[in-house]
Amino acid sequence: MIEARGLTKRYGPHTAVDQLTFQVRPGVVTGFLGPNGSGKSTTMRMILGLDDPTSGTVTIGGYPYRRLPNAGRTVGALLDAKAVHGGRSARSHLLSLAQLAGVPRQRVDHVLDVVGLRDVARRRAGEFSLGMGQRLGIAGALLGDPEVLLFDEPVNGLDPEGILWVRTLMKGLAAEGRTVFVSSHLMSEMALTADHLVVIGQGRLLADMGVREFLDRHSTGFARVRTPDGAGEQRRLLAKVLTDAGARTEPEPDGALKVSGLPLPRISDLAHQHDVRLHELSPHQASLEEAYMRLTQSEVTYRSGVPAAGAAEEPWGTAPHPYGTAPGGFGESEV
Amino acid sequence: MAAAAAALRSEWTKIRTVRSTVVTLAAAFVVTVGLSALLCLLTNHNFSEATRNATTPFDATATSFGGIILGQLAVIVFGVLVMGNEYSSGMIRLSLAAVPRRGVLLAAKASVVLVLALVVGLLTSFVSFLLGQALLGSHSTTLGAPHVLRAVLGAGFYMTLLCLFSVGVTAMLRNQTLSLGILMPFFFLVSPILSAVPKVKTVARYFPDTAGRAVISVYQPADAPYGPWTGLGICALWVVAALLGGWLVLDRRDA
Amino acid sequence: MIELHELTKRYGDKLAVDRLSFAIPPGVVTGFLGPNGAGKSTTMRMILDLDRPTSGRVTIDGKHYAQLREPVKYIGALLEAKAAHPGRSAYHHLLWLAQSNRIPARRVDEVLTLVGLQEVARKRSGGFSLGMGQRLGIAAALLGDPRIVMFDEPVNGLDPEGILWVRNLMKGLAAEGRTVFVSSHLMSEMALTADHLVVIGRGKLLADLPMTEFIDRNSRSTVRVRTPAPEALLDALARADVVPRRADDGAFEVDGGDAAQIGELASAAGVTLHELSPQRASLEEAFMRMTAESVEYQAGAEPPPYGGEPLTGPPPAWGADWQERWGTKQKKRES
Repeated sequence: MIEARGLTKRYGPHTAVDQLTFQVRPGVVTGFLGPNGSGKSTTMRMILGLDDPTSGTVTIGGYPYRRLPNAGRTVGALLDAKAVHGGRSARSHLLSLAQLAGVPRQRVDHVLDVVGLRDVARRRAGEFSLGMGQRLGIAGALLGDPEVLLFDEPVNGLDPEGILWVRTLMKGLAAEGRTVFVSSHLMSEMALTADHLVVIGQGRLLADMGVREFLDRHSTGFARVRTPDGAGEQRRLLAKVLTDAGARTEPEPDGALKVSGLPLPRISDLAHQHDVRLHELSPHQASLEEAYMRLTQSEVTYRSGVPAAGAAEEPWGTAPHPYGTAPGGFGESEV
Repeated sequence: MAAAAAALRSEWTKIRTVRSTVVTLAAAFVVTVGLSALLCLLTNHNFSEATRNATTPFDATATSFGGIILGQLAVIVFGVLVMGNEYSSGMIRLSLAAVPRRGVLLAAKASVVLVLALVVGLLTSFVSFLLGQALLGSHSTTLGAPHVLRAVLGAGFYMTLLCLFSVGVTAMLRNQTLSLGILMPFFFLVSPILSAVPKVKTVARYFPDTAGRAVISVYQPADAPYGPWTGLGICALWVVAALLGGWLVLDRRDA
Repeated sequence: MIELHELTKRYGDKLAVDRLSFAIPPGVVTGFLGPNGAGKSTTMRMILDLDRPTSGRVTIDGKHYAQLREPVKYIGALLEAKAAHPGRSAYHHLLWLAQSNRIPARRVDEVLTLVGLQEVARKRSGGFSLGMGQRLGIAAALLGDPRIVMFDEPVNGLDPEGILWVRNLMKGLAAEGRTVFVSSHLMSEMALTADHLVVIGRGKLLADLPMTEFIDRNSRSTVRVRTPAPEALLDALARADVVPRRADDGAFEVDGGDAAQIGELASAAGVTLHELSPQRASLEEAFMRMTAESVEYQAGAEPPPYGGEPLTGPPPAWGADWQERWGTKQKKRES
């Protein structure tokens, strides 16, 4: 269990983290979301006692990180995959970590097996690809068999198989009753991994709820309806009937209709009444990305890619969501 | 032709927009001029002691280029950086995607280096000479004296050639650190030491730096197997070989 | 249009790319997928003539890359985000590139604005975060307003806003009739972006298909049906020899069923359906099924945890072990 109470961090006049209060519970995967510069990294660092809060507290199992009786075996973290001495082998890197945390040596070979690096365990970490570095970082996090795990962008550089593996790993760790806190920018990945979400923007808490609740609150579902192919009449009729009943309909590129604002049984009944046969009637949840965008839209302070100047010559400048460049976004650069 | 002009402009932008390349080139000037001036000043003050064991007549011109032994290192670093930057930053792939005819890319780079190094080299040699002569007082010489103009121009050419040589070597090695690690000790230690060892000396005379520096001396050693311009020519052959090697590597190997 | 003919690359006795032949058409986003080490990067480098093929060839609108005049105006590529000299400003980095292909300097400012870097255009790129480096790379790719763009992992390091922007950018470029070729390990992202897929494994072409076809071919389809009149539906289906399975939530699932057929059957029997949704596998599932054999770094111990059964298989081998140990730990606590 991680608990933040009134957690605040100020850098001069800039408030990076502002009165954050939330809990990360064991047994579920909690996703930590927010735009660049929203204070996610700072929060992670404060949880791990690397940065001191200006005010407020954050505890793990009731203790601030630095006063944890056995931090190395209670908490495992992956913050920066490349935080390994390039000249050291994967194995000796983990051995030194194990000695530091008082973890038995055989755990090293075990975690190397777990992350699939056994065959390259004696190679210099400097020669590792980003994905292998990431696996090594995950091995380091798992080393102490910890009950609380923090991951910052764990799938960076991994291939599809590795991404699936990390997702299964995190769910497995949570299912074992551990506390798993993951920050990521990949909404579609988070939607598949997290059960609970903590969303922050400009250092403030925007949401702390289950994924389902988050989706229900910040997005609207829709139904995909398909009439027999080639029967344009039926489709037009159905679209009219549904619109008259108060739904919003939108044709999809593949000929289906996207219908929102009416429950599925009602759509079915209306179709039935008007003798429209259905070849598909499927419920769809809006994506986590849509819900997240809706929530954070107001938080991204100013946006660039402003079509004002170059819109005419730059058709892509008019993309529906031009780049949002929060000025704080550059605060996260590794200067 | 247009492509070549575009490549030249682009290479010039690359050099002038990075601090390290600008700084090293400036350092070549400052170090050579400063050290030479210091040597001239000291020589003038202790003239009899400094020339006591000399076998050849006192060479006022060469004395005013005494700093070149250190200044040339900065020139070499400059040459290495211009080429090595591409590899150390991974930019080489972007450069080659933009200028797919690899010979054009290398030629553009070498040409910009040639012009820059020549300008800085000549500026350095003339300033070094004039300042040195002023500090040598009664022992000084003038540009009008026999062979002196040749030596002063030669010093500028010599620095330019060394610079191009390092561009070629770095293009062959494709690694900035490795190139520096080989070129610096070679020119600073290995070559001067071998030149002092009897027997080996005869071979060391054909090293790019030893051969090239013959042009700087107004008086040639009695046993010199080649004249000053021939020496510079030998140095130029090294440069041609290095650039050719660099071009072959760049052209043949995967980026 | 990019065309590959029997493209082959051999490093010593290892075949990195093995007689690849495919074409990348304009007007759609073509996704380039494959596990780590499949030969994707090598292929992309050969398209740009950075690596020389051992045999075979690549043509761009019929020409070899080196024959293109001012190639930056023809094909823009993002291969690696940090391919800039750290000491040079973003503006100057793009300026030399523009000059090399006689692109006017004002275009540099345009693309910097487009990617949202105008504020930091004069800052040294060495201080940039991964996301900013990525935007600079995208700016370089767009500099020449090229007909063909090629991106390798374009969303690496970007935040959700940036990810959405890049997706819309690529779709927008394709909609303008440009050729868009993008490689990524993020299947869920690819599913949202690509229209067409090229999949390779161990250097060989595994698939070259439209996205929907790829998923259909590599997944078992199931149709979910829900109705207020289950008996009538079961009768109607039974008459057509369709055997549904009862799902936990009261719905029925028909394995290998065809939604249109079931819709017609229900309609003919006058059964109202409250749901009729074809359940399609995700791109990730389809991809895993296809590439299960060609993964280089297999995570976990033997037997390969994701071999053949990526979707429904038991948790990976390590999980069993951990759960066991967790169990003993629990027991100790209990006793």
